[in-house]
Amino acid sequence: MSPILSTRDLRVTFPTPAGKVLAVRGVNLDVERGEVVGIVGESGSGKSVSFLSIMGLLPPTALITGSATLDGTELIGADVKTIRSVRGKRMSMIFQDPLSALNPVHRIGDQIVEMILAHQVMSKQQASERAVELLDLVGLPQPAVRAKQYPHEFSGGMRQRVMIAMAIANEPDVLIADEPTTALDVTVQAQILDVLMEVKSRLNTAVVFITHDLGVIARIADRVEVMYAGMTVERAQVNDMFASPGHPYTRGLMASLPQVGRQRLQPIVGSPPNMIAPPSGCAFRPRCSEATDECESAPMTLVRVGKTETACIRAQELGVSA
Amino acid sequence: MTTPVLSVENLVKEFYVKTTAGLRSARQTVYAVSGVSFAVEEGQTFGLVGESGSGKTTVGRCVLRLLEPTSGNIAFKGQNITSLTQVELRPLRRQMQIVFQDPYASLDPRLTVGTSIAEPLVVHKVPGDHAEKVASLLELVGLSPDHSRRFPHEFSGGQRQRVGVARALALNPSLLILDEPVSALDVSIQAGVVNLLQDIQKELGLSYVFIAHDLSVVRHISDVIGVMYLGKLVEVGPAESVYTNPRHPYTTALLSAVPEPNPVIERGRQRIVLTGEVPSPIDPPSGCRFRTRCPRAEERCAVEEPLLSSAGGTHQVACHFPNEVPVTLGGAGH
Repeated sequence: MSPILSTRDLRVTFPTPAGKVLAVRGVNLDVERGEVVGIVGESGSGKSVSFLSIMGLLPPTALITGSATLDGTELIGADVKTIRSVRGKRMSMIFQDPLSALNPVHRIGDQIVEMILAHQVMSKQQASERAVELLDLVGLPQPAVRAKQYPHEFSGGMRQRVMIAMAIANEPDVLIADEPTTALDVTVQAQILDVLMEVKSRLNTAVVFITHDLGVIARIADRVEVMYAGMTVERAQVNDMFASPGHPYTRGLMASLPQVGRQRLQPIVGSPPNMIAPPSGCAFRPRCSEATDECESAPMTLVRVGKTETACIRAQELGVSA
Repeated sequence: MTTPVLSVENLVKEFYVKTTAGLRSARQTVYAVSGVSFAVEEGQTFGLVGESGSGKTTVGRCVLRLLEPTSGNIAFKGQNITSLTQVELRPLRRQMQIVFQDPYASLDPRLTVGTSIAEPLVVHKVPGDHAEKVASLLELVGLSPDHSRRFPHEFSGGQRQRVGVARALALNPSLLILDEPVSALDVSIQAGVVNLLQDIQKELGLSYVFIAHDLSVVRHISDVIGVMYLGKLVEVGPAESVYTNPRHPYTTALLSAVPEPNPVIERGRQRIVLTGEVPSPIDPPSGCRFRTRCPRAEERCAVEEPLLSSAGGTHQVACHFPNEVPVTLGGAGH
């Protein structure tokens, strides 16, 4: 079966007074129907920008090249009509901060109704009933009462549930979740993750979950893509990535986490590269303890080594399971 | 037994807010911290964990008297500082410093970091060569002395937090309040700052109050942990004991909600997902404040407030029906 969402050589560049920021530098990604893909990376790795560009949500100054297709429909460079027929209907997105994504002066129910009527033909009455159903589906108590309230009357976790309700209102094929639980407390995060997984299995929606939290990835993802400096550096099934990470960056991320019995944490030295002038060859090279001269001209293309695909040219000799 | 560096007894902090309902306005009380007691021993780290609104940050601010406690006692090295005037407090402030979560907001963007680090020395009229002191502080936190002439925007998040730590150390304090010091940093950078905090603690014999919502970091760095819920300490004890054998149902739920970065363990383990959300501190539940979300609550919990009492050794829990046998949370113990 062909993937529902595909990107080929997706690149995003932002012109700034200081120079061109190469935020995304050639991302090739396939998302299958109904799967949960975890996108991991640090701030500035291009993980959010990649998906904002696919959703057509970047400012017009951003230069986007390459290809992104949803079920065969090209999205990069598509006209407004095409984008509108896809965005919010076949593909939708939720964000870290639900308060800024909701209109403070409209009732929650009306905002969901607006979302439904933008893409479906039905009466306002039917749409209102559907809105209450959706709020019930995401586990909001007293959905009929809640639908008549305003965003400020909701807690952070409740607002995120509302965002999920809106995002799935038109039963999209792909739901992109950009750090939706980062601002929430862990007990609320657990609830939201459960809601997302419930929705996913009911609607068979593919979920792209962007996060820097490896614990969340371990809980929900089927497959993981690790991003660094605007590129994918590792791709694997979730169990394989945690069992034998193939890229030194992935290993570094895992070693920097506090764990029982770990007396001392191992940070990754240095800082993420300046994306106006990223390092030649492997972008992780300046921070990598395994880097050799060869890495200066190494292509960052994914090669299968053992059970993972990694962009490290030394993966084979370093031993993936090390 | 030696005198603890910090001892907090029955700390209460209430805020007043004006609310309007229709045309009538009323004054309501926010019960932010309600009777919190704990002690921090010399050279040790007391980790304070809890979710947003639990009052952990308010406790930190009250300890330094950046907020005036409503009631209760705070003793620093045996001296009661609760009723000292600001003038009397000043010499003690040198010994108690704070590091904030967001190093960008807490550093003046128009001052070089050298000036920022030297500012406490100027304020407290410390004699001697400030430039030399700044250089040695920068080295201590893993930066180069040349960095003193640079501005905050020239640094990454992790480096800025190191500057924040250097400034807090300028007056040779013995107690640091660390309020979510690594929460805003990427994990790979966070590890370096955590290591730094542990190194300087050992080197300078500092005591820490480490406030955070990230339970795995708190476990890593703390000797003793206090768990807060809605303004109250519900469980206190040695870090390992609290994590491996949580006695309070809230602690159990909190620990089980933290996803383990290991898919095999994470998917195999039993989780306790709490229903609902934290009630408002304006109108906290009667009796035990956790009872509205507690899977084990009974009638008694609504009437009688559970007090912190020993659950073996120095491990204390405030619950009428604490976990009797060690609860094994798959993964959390191994």
